[in-house]
Amino acid sequence: MCGIAALQLRNPSLHPQMGSLLSSMLCQIVDRGPDSAGLAVYNTPGLVSDGTSTLSLLGKDQGMTTAAITAGVAAMLPAGAAAATKVVGDTTLVSAAVGTDLLVKAVSETLPGATIIGRGEHVAVMKSVGHPMDIAAEHGLEAMAGSQGLSHTRMATESAVTAGGSHPFSVADDLCLVHNGSFSNHATVRRDLKREGVVFDSENDTEVGARYVASRLKQGDTLEEALVNLGKVLDGFYTLVVTTADSMAVVRDPIACKPAIIAETDDYVAMASEYRALAGLPGIDNARIFEPEPGKVYTWSL
Amino acid sequence: MVTLTAPENIATDVPAADGPATTTVDLDASTVRELNQGIHDAVDGQAWTVTNPGGKHSMAVGITADIKVTIEGHAGYYAAGMHQKGDVTITGNAGVGLAENIMSGRVHVKGDASQSAAATGHGGLVVIDGNAGARCGISMKGVDIVVGGNIGHMSAFMAQAGRLVVCGDAGDALGDSIYEARIYVKGTVASLGADCVEKPLQAEHLAELTELLAAAGRTDNPADFKRYGSARNLYHFHVDNSTSY
Repeated sequence: MCGIAALQLRNPSLHPQMGSLLSSMLCQIVDRGPDSAGLAVYNTPGLVSDGTSTLSLLGKDQGMTTAAITAGVAAMLPAGAAAATKVVGDTTLVSAAVGTDLLVKAVSETLPGATIIGRGEHVAVMKSVGHPMDIAAEHGLEAMAGSQGLSHTRMATESAVTAGGSHPFSVADDLCLVHNGSFSNHATVRRDLKREGVVFDSENDTEVGARYVASRLKQGDTLEEALVNLGKVLDGFYTLVVTTADSMAVVRDPIACKPAIIAETDDYVAMASEYRALAGLPGIDNARIFEPEPGKVYTWSL
Repeated sequence: MVTLTAPENIATDVPAADGPATTTVDLDASTVRELNQGIHDAVDGQAWTVTNPGGKHSMAVGITADIKVTIEGHAGYYAAGMHQKGDVTITGNAGVGLAENIMSGRVHVKGDASQSAAATGHGGLVVIDGNAGARCGISMKGVDIVVGGNIGHMSAFMAQAGRLVVCGDAGDALGDSIYEARIYVKGTVASLGADCVEKPLQAEHLAELTELLAAAGRTDNPADFKRYGSARNLYHFHVDNSTSY
């Protein structure tokens, strides 16, 4: 059992409330996964900015001061890249006005032991071990603005309770994936992806799902096609939510043991494991509320 | 030893001239445990209204008296579970496991119900005006279920007794490994499960269907339905299969 809460805000006037709305949703899914948690927020001022790549690194302590990280990264980037480092809760964010691949290279050289948990122009990813509401508070979720948010509370089954094994898994620019369930053939798919040159950060089954989706998107699939293909290749129980810079997708496996409920209004699309996470959203009484059908891919774009 | 005290924050209205006293429980102020304790202490003829349910789990479970409970809004998991005698109405949607193991009485959901509605139910009537998710009536043992909309896949799986009426469409593998329950579907069936077959709709079936639809407050024409049930090939030993054991 794990908990998922995701929110895409269609009405920009709700953007300032993104964090407080997501936090109220997260609060209701803690029971489903109290061991660790993760958050992904999109277009949050102060964390990311247009024209700049941001990498989210696991842990606040990287063994160097933020100034030393900035200096180390800046030394490997072109002049004017405006490298910057900041610590938010238990997450280190490194940004610069260069492409993500180049920034990944510079950060990997500067901090060879760092685990990159998020990358892109629009997303910041934060995850840790502990009570989900403590993790949200430590990162200051309540006060964050943004266009989309994704949260996950984990009850670990397939791999250890570690921050690295927490969701979301963000393995390509602005792409995040969270999972309630388990993939049973993840070792096989992992081997296939490794043969294609894909590098893994963890032993987690969900990371295989995220890497698979990233691999399909790279080969030209749309998000919807990538998730349809995932259903053909990965076996197991799943409700997945995938977010990109401007879209959100939900899919359940054809057996549909894992719950999901969606509320849609003109102002937002919200998805959660249980209705009680949606109960506090504005205008919920007039929302279109439905459970996604088994094996069907749902996508919404901003 | 447990000492039970009357729950706080529960208001009892003055009885109306023509009806019983209605007790209102606001779940923004009271806990589900307080609600359920109050309902367990209730006696025949009482009425309860639950406000601000907010999708909370396990509301109105374990009723054993002939009482009336109205939940004004959406319910979470296992609403009205282990239900006996009373009458529960949910004005919104219900989550997983609605009226699980219902023994008697009536449970009515005006919206949709999630998966495993009326699972293992022994008796009583469950009415869902909207759609029901997967596994509706799984392992039903005597309960009657009337669904106004569609039902999901694997519904009436291993159904042993009772009647399932679907006014919309049924998902895949309807009635898989069914024993003796009777299924009536007005719309299409995506696929039938193992050993579930269409059967003729005879006068006795039309009569019971008419009764069930009326009990659910529906006006659908019984003649528009098709009946499905067990081919009885799976659970009777067949000598040709003796080498398979």
